[in-house]
Amino acid sequence: MPSTEVKYEYLEHTADAKFRAYGKTKEDAFANAAEAMFNVMINTSKVDCKHREDIIVNAPEIDELLVEWLSELLFLFEVDFLAFGEFKVENITEKDGEFELSGHACGEEIDLERHEIDTEVKAVTYNDLRVEETENGSMVQVTVDT
Amino acid sequence: MESGNKITDLLTKIDDNIWEIPEDYSPGMNVPGRIYLSDKLIRDLELETLDQVANVAKLPGIQKFSMAMPDAHLGYGFPIGGVAAFDEEEGVISPGGVGFDINCGVRLLRSNLTVEEVRPKMKELTERMFEAVPSGVGSKSRLRVTDSELDDIYLHGSKWAVENGYGEKTDLEHCEGGGCIEGGDVGHISIKARKRGRPQAGTLGSGNHFLEVQYVDKIYDQEAADTFGLEEGQVSFMIHCGSRGTGHQICTDNIKTMSQASKKYGIQLPDKQLACAPAQSEEAQNYFGSMICAANYAWNNRQMITHWTRDVIADTFRSDIDELGLELVYDVAHNVAKLEEHEVDGKKKNVYVHRKGATRAFPRGHKEVPLKYRDVGQPVLIPGSMGTASYVLHGGDRSMDISFGSACHGAGRVMSRSHAKKEFQGEDIKMQLEKRGITVRSAHPAVIAEEAPGVYKSSSEVVNVVHELDIARKVAKMMPMGVIKG
Repeated sequence: MPSTEVKYEYLEHTADAKFRAYGKTKEDAFANAAEAMFNVMINTSKVDCKHREDIIVNAPEIDELLVEWLSELLFLFEVDFLAFGEFKVENITEKDGEFELSGHACGEEIDLERHEIDTEVKAVTYNDLRVEETENGSMVQVTVDT
Repeated sequence: MESGNKITDLLTKIDDNIWEIPEDYSPGMNVPGRIYLSDKLIRDLELETLDQVANVAKLPGIQKFSMAMPDAHLGYGFPIGGVAAFDEEEGVISPGGVGFDINCGVRLLRSNLTVEEVRPKMKELTERMFEAVPSGVGSKSRLRVTDSELDDIYLHGSKWAVENGYGEKTDLEHCEGGGCIEGGDVGHISIKARKRGRPQAGTLGSGNHFLEVQYVDKIYDQEAADTFGLEEGQVSFMIHCGSRGTGHQICTDNIKTMSQASKKYGIQLPDKQLACAPAQSEEAQNYFGSMICAANYAWNNRQMITHWTRDVIADTFRSDIDELGLELVYDVAHNVAKLEEHEVDGKKKNVYVHRKGATRAFPRGHKEVPLKYRDVGQPVLIPGSMGTASYVLHGGDRSMDISFGSACHGAGRVMSRSHAKKEFQGEDIKMQLEKRGITVRSAHPAVIAEEAPGVYKSSSEVVNVVHELDIARKVAKMMPMGVIKG
C-alpha cells in the first residue's frame, strides 16, 4: 500500500489500462481516478482550466457510481471535445439505496498537439472494479478498455 | 489456486492444439473450458486468462464449452479470443461478451495493382489515404448525418452507404451477412449514443484500428485464392475498425442495465463485467436490438472508408475502380453476438454465439456463406500486428464441430500498452519499419509504440493452430507496405 501522497498508480494489464487511485476520502479517490484515466489519454498537466463542467451522476451501487462518473467525463471528452486536467468530487451521498455524486471537472477544448494525445480510452469496464476503505482512507480500482 | 503451478498442469491435453479446463477447475462451471493453443503458445498464456475462460463457463445456458481461440489473452470479463454459445431459451445474452467496440471487424479490398506499380507511390498513397479517412482520437467525419439518416444506418448498415453512393451493390454480397443484421431496434438507443454516432460515420478511430496497404506474399491454396481473386505479387488493402463511440455507449448503457437485471433474475456473476440477462428477457432483447444497430453502424463505417479509400487509389493511379479491380473480398465482424443454428448433442438448435475477439469461420456449403464462396468456405481475415503478416483463410470443415464456426481474429497481444511505451519509442519503430519498406502514417506517435510488432504474438504461429485444427485453412499470406493508424 503506497503512502497517501500517491494519488494513483497503474497496474499491468495486457490489453487495457488498469489503475488504482487513493484518497483520504472516497470523494478524493474518485477525483484521482478521473485524473488517472485522463492521463492515459492525454498529459493532464498541459491542460488549462478555462471551462468548468458540473457533473451529477447516480447509480444503485457505489462501484457503479464510479463507472458513471468516469463514463460521463469520457462522454464529454468525445462529444464536446473537452480535455480535463482538474477534478473535484464534492459529495457522494446515499439515499434509499441510490448513490449520488456531485462534482466538477475543469479543462479546455482539446488541442491535439499541446495535450499530447496518447491512448484512446473506449470505455470504463466493471472488470475487477473496487471501491474500498483502507487504513489511510479510500482506494478505488478501475480497468478501462483501450 | 496455488501459485507456481504451471499452466499446463491445470489443463488436460485432449489432442494436438486442444486443451481442456476441467469443470472442477473452479466452482460453478457449467461446462468445461476449451483453449486452442499450440505447445509453444500455451507457455505465454496468463493464468488470469484461464480464469476468465472459466468464469464464462459459469454463465447459465452455456453450450458445450467456454472457448478461447489461439490469440487468447487477458480481456475484461470475457477473455479476448473468447467464444461462447448460449441456448436461445435457457441461456443468457451478455454485453460484455461482445465488448464495447461492437462489430469491430476487418475487411479486405483486392486490386489489379502489383507491388512494383505501387511501391514508388507509397508515400503519396499513404499520405492521401491519411487525409481522406478521418482517424485518431475524437476524429470527426466529413459527413454529419441527420437523426433520420442515423436511424437508417442503425437499421440497414452497409446498405445505407451503398444506396447513398458509398460503394457498389457487389460490396454487400461480399460481406458477412450482407453488411447488415436484420432486427435492429432503435427504440432503446440513448441520446448519448446518438450524439456520439452522428459525427463519426466513416471514421477509423484510434488504438489498434488501421488502414493498411499490403501485398500478397504467398498463396497456400490456389483454388481458394482464385475464388477470392487473390494472386502473388498483388496489392490489397485492409481496413480494421468498429462502431466507434456509438457502440461504446450502447455497451456502457446496457452493462448498467444488465448489472441490475442479473440481480433481478438471480444470476450469480463471477465478474461484474459478465452482467447478463436471460436471453428472452426484456433487458436482453433490448440490448440485442441495440447491439444490432451498433453492428450495422460499424458495417456502414467500414463501407464509407472503403469508398474513400477507392477514390484515393483511383486518383493516385489515374485510373478507375473497375479498371483497378478494387473489389471487396470480404468483411468479417470479430466482436458480436449472433443468433445462429448449431448442432449440440446431435440436435440442431438456435444459440446466441458471442464472439469477443473471434471471427466467424463458416465452412463450405454453409447457407450463410456467399454463393460465390460457398464451394470453398467463408473468407476468414486475420490481421497481423503492424509490420507483420496478415492472413486470408477459408472456413474449415471442422469449425462447426470444434468452435461454433469460429476462428481467431488476430495475433493477440502479449505486452501491455503502457509497457510497450516504456519499451519502444514511436519514432524508432517508425524508422525501423521504413527501413523494411513499410510506410507509417499516424495521427498520434504514441499509437505506433503501443502497437509495435513486438507487443503481439507471432501471427503465423496463431494462424497455424486454426489451420492444423481445420477450423480455418490458410489461403494467402499478405505482407504490409504501408500503415495508417489512428
